[in-house]
Amino acid sequence: MTGQEIVFTLLGVVAVGSAVLVVTTRQLVHAALWLVVSLGALAGGYLVLTAEFVAWVQVLIYVGAVVVLLLFGIMLTRAPIGRAADLDSGNRWAALAVALATAGVLVSVVVIGFRDASMPLRAGGGSADALGAAVFRTWVLPFEVLSVLLLAALVGAIVLSRSDVGGPKEKEPTKKRGER
Amino acid sequence: MPDLLEVVLKLVLVAAAFAVLPLLVGQAEHKVMAHMQGRLGPMYAGAFHGWAQLVADGVKFAQKESVVPRAADRTVFKLAPAVAIIPYLLVLLVIPVGPDGQVALDLGLGVFFALAVMGVGVIGAIMAGWASANKYSLLGGMRVAAQLMSYELPLVFAASSVAMAAGTLSLSGIVEEWRWWWLPWQAVGAVVFFVAGLAELRRPPFDMPVADSEIIFGPYTEYGGLRFALFILAEYAGIVVLCALTTVLFLGGWKGPFLDAELGWLWTLLKAAVLAFVVIWLRVSYPRLREDQLQKLAWAYLVPLSLGQLALTGVVKVALA
Repeated sequence: MTGQEIVFTLLGVVAVGSAVLVVTTRQLVHAALWLVVSLGALAGGYLVLTAEFVAWVQVLIYVGAVVVLLLFGIMLTRAPIGRAADLDSGNRWAALAVALATAGVLVSVVVIGFRDASMPLRAGGGSADALGAAVFRTWVLPFEVLSVLLLAALVGAIVLSRSDVGGPKEKEPTKKRGER
Repeated sequence: MPDLLEVVLKLVLVAAAFAVLPLLVGQAEHKVMAHMQGRLGPMYAGAFHGWAQLVADGVKFAQKESVVPRAADRTVFKLAPAVAIIPYLLVLLVIPVGPDGQVALDLGLGVFFALAVMGVGVIGAIMAGWASANKYSLLGGMRVAAQLMSYELPLVFAASSVAMAAGTLSLSGIVEEWRWWWLPWQAVGAVVFFVAGLAELRRPPFDMPVADSEIIFGPYTEYGGLRFALFILAEYAGIVVLCALTTVLFLGGWKGPFLDAELGWLWTLLKAAVLAFVVIWLRVSYPRLREDQLQKLAWAYLVPLSLGQLALTGVVKVALA
């Protein structure tokens, strides 16, 4: 094994281990914090594979924004310190089965699809230049389709979260101007 | 072997800058604030105009008992100061102070790295707010999270406008490309970046998360001694990082009126120091924004302004090409 492979394996172990802790810990906020470790290790994995841009986007979006949003949501609703007895779900065995089945499908697809094919890693292969050229030259149509999908989701989120859009207006209590 | 020596020297220099510059900003804050308010500020420690005041403060902090509240989550409580301060040290590694490799680590994606890592530091404050088992701390932590979510967007937009103008994400590359007429061209982006950065650091007037008149000291209420000192150090290291980043992105970094190659590092430091003075000045002159005003400033003004700047950058870039 080369040094890169060892580092990559270690990062993978950290990512999977902390991901397991996310779902098994009895402390709600700890789950979110373990998610930070897991996503960070994933970013490290991208770095080892020379995908620098994806790695830092992973840190910026997932660690910096998504987890902060999660923590905000948890703290806004319920964030007890210490073990919470009701964090166990009755569905956990079903969830485990689904998780194992998904992992099985993904692993077998990769194994059957690629066998022992390998690709040499070049420094700069995952830089912003290379990625930008690939996305906006070769893959521009899928990119546009994805952006339409995201836009639709965004509009949907706004419609769902605003009660004053689309719904029957009469049901809302009439407020006087300036009243809270 | 010379390579190794160079790397070690650079790391030592970055560590020294990380240890000294925040203290300089802190001392400047003591004195500048005092003089703006018609006071003298510290005058006794170290004899000459109280230059050793922060050293004395550090000694005091180190002597204090390390207290963890009984109901707190001990691990997270102890981990939080480290999570708050280490990201700023990492960002300092990629900031170029002068031309021709006067940077500890020349990353091709420097801008992205700096912004991504700066966002992680905020998790430290959120962890502190939750783990303290104190409702005021929790409220402060929530305000930190809400503030980060709204100000991260204009920060990234403003930085990407400069990256678009320069055609590179490397911090040294951006300074290389910089010309004086970028000042008016990127002016809106510069202001948005600086203001959003201030908000991300939770500096006044954006210090709602630590609003002392309502929630004592927000996430840091339960901290004392060295851990508290680390949080305060993180705040001042954050000022250094923000001022240096604004200098490099918007003010041309090491480019000055003369002797760019020889005195480049001096120009960078000088520009960053002026910005740090502005940070202190704003603290003295502006009252704290209320939470709703804070959110409105981000979503109703900074985000549209930064989008407008992006559009302007694109139009000018295409017109020039």
